[in-house]
Amino acid sequence: MASNTDFLLALESVAVSFDGFRAVDGLNLYVDYGELRVIIGPNGAGKTTVLDLICGRTRTSEGSIKFKNQEITSWNEQEIVRRGIGRKFQTPTIYEDLTVFENLELSVPRGRDVFGALMWKRTPEVIEQVREVAEMIFLRDQLERSAETLSHGQKQWLEIGMLLIQDPELLMLDEPVAGMSVAERAKTAALLKEIIKNRSVIVIEHDMQFVESIAHRVTVMHQGKVLAEGDMQTVQNNPKVKEVYLGH
Amino acid sequence: MSAVPSFRLDNRRLELIGFALIALVILVLLPSFLDIFRLNLFGKYLTYAFVAIGLVLCWGHTGILSLGQGLFFGLGGYAMAAFLKLEASSVANTKIQSTPGIPDFMDWNQITALPLFWVPLKSLPFALFAVIAVPTLLSFILGAALFKRRVGGVYFAIITQALAAVMTILIVGQQGYTGGINGITDLRTLLGWDIRTDSAKYILYFVCCLLLLGTMFAARFVLASKLGRILVAIRDKEDRVRSSGYDVANYKIFIFCLASAMAGIGGAMFTLQVGFMSPSFVGIVPSIELVIFCAVGGRQSIVGAVAGTLLVNWAKTLFSEAFPELWLFAMGGLFIAVVAAFPRGLAGIMTDQILPRLGSWTTLGRGAEPSPAPTPAE
Repeated sequence: MASNTDFLLALESVAVSFDGFRAVDGLNLYVDYGELRVIIGPNGAGKTTVLDLICGRTRTSEGSIKFKNQEITSWNEQEIVRRGIGRKFQTPTIYEDLTVFENLELSVPRGRDVFGALMWKRTPEVIEQVREVAEMIFLRDQLERSAETLSHGQKQWLEIGMLLIQDPELLMLDEPVAGMSVAERAKTAALLKEIIKNRSVIVIEHDMQFVESIAHRVTVMHQGKVLAEGDMQTVQNNPKVKEVYLGH
Repeated sequence: MSAVPSFRLDNRRLELIGFALIALVILVLLPSFLDIFRLNLFGKYLTYAFVAIGLVLCWGHTGILSLGQGLFFGLGGYAMAAFLKLEASSVANTKIQSTPGIPDFMDWNQITALPLFWVPLKSLPFALFAVIAVPTLLSFILGAALFKRRVGGVYFAIITQALAAVMTILIVGQQGYTGGINGITDLRTLLGWDIRTDSAKYILYFVCCLLLLGTMFAARFVLASKLGRILVAIRDKEDRVRSSGYDVANYKIFIFCLASAMAGIGGAMFTLQVGFMSPSFVGIVPSIELVIFCAVGGRQSIVGAVAGTLLVNWAKTLFSEAFPELWLFAMGGLFIAVVAAFPRGLAGIMTDQILPRLGSWTTLGRGAEPSPAPTPAE
């Protein structure tokens, strides 16, 4: 049994295999309260799998995942979400057939059971909450628009907004700037800096410039293991990291 | 990029106008112009519309295709038929049987006492309860077994279809308990009221209409609630819904049960109006026909599903009177045409094609106009 720690999230000796392939192999990862952690690494290093494990989408084969010192490996996905872990998928995952407002409204963490949803009232608080988040994600004027008509970058923001409205303690973002223009990237970086204020964030990202602009600590993954960890400077100068990922 | 919003939210007012038109047609126009024989036929079609509305909820909005709705329609119909049959099988009516007081088909099959599961169906309140509860319970068990394990899509469709087939085989095979292939026939009275008379047929027709309108409003209420938006969200991005903290399986179970309960009510009204229930309304073919009614009308539109059911059945009657052997081909062709060319059915044609054109000279079409073109990405 893994020991208790002072960390918000503690992964210890976590492993998972798919048909004998160990996608994550004896991984240890600790995330502090209020920390913004970036995970980088070559394709197939197991980064997205780590997020899948934390949010309960994939079950761990071995090891322990503790959130606030509670073992979460046996919880199902919606329980994990309700305890305060939010996750953004790699491709923008929003409800295309609903409006921006409805997308955000569905993410308000109340009325989540069937009858709660049936009797749900769109109260002034809900509307205010949605507007507040829409303001943060630059979609204040787009609330009535159908989500499928948003640009790619706006869809990414919308999904971030859907997470914000859940108000998770730990926010996990899988490539939040993928496919964004330079201007959108800068805006997203500013947004991320804003939203991490009261929470911890794990970001998976390939864009090194972007990583440099946001990261507190960087974890480099390779073949399902942690290759290096530390601040950006240390990691960038690590010869092993240069070898497998950053190039010479 | 398509900017056409789904019919669901086009215009709440437009939908109400559709409801009013349906009410006008079934409450006023049909009874004024049709003789009781034809009206009774339309009453039968309306019972299918209950199932079609259920399919709008679970297929059109949630993306759960059930190819076994005939099963739930049949269960509701059989519950009603069992009550009526027991009432028709009084000792006085059946004194020539070797065991008087049980349904005739049981007697023919050498059954000498009423089977235990038939006994509670002697009570009308219990029978009415069973009309809704039995389909709901079965779909709850099915939904809990499958949706909790994340079985969905085509697998779910195949399983429901298989169940409909199983039920037919069961009914046909257990002749002594179910009436077998002939079904439960020779139904006469409901608490002493003869349901075979013309006046009873009129009354039952209007009861059916009112229940159908009630079902339409119930469906509208569900779709207009947050639950309705969650259903659409589940259809679009199930993973995201789960990651927002919802238990997706519970929602699917709920909507599937609701659809089945509606089908059960339809089945009971069928039995009352047509005067019998048989396995030919339970199996695979009727289940698929029910899906076609819904698809032709528009699987995302309550009004469309009701209108589609009426139109297809009307066409079926006209067509099979003229060219009996060609109907199945026409039906198949219709289904292919709808899937290939009009995936949103008649309701889609109405909102996308007809109303926008009308919109230039009335205000009705405005709600159906496409939303403003997307602004270019920043």
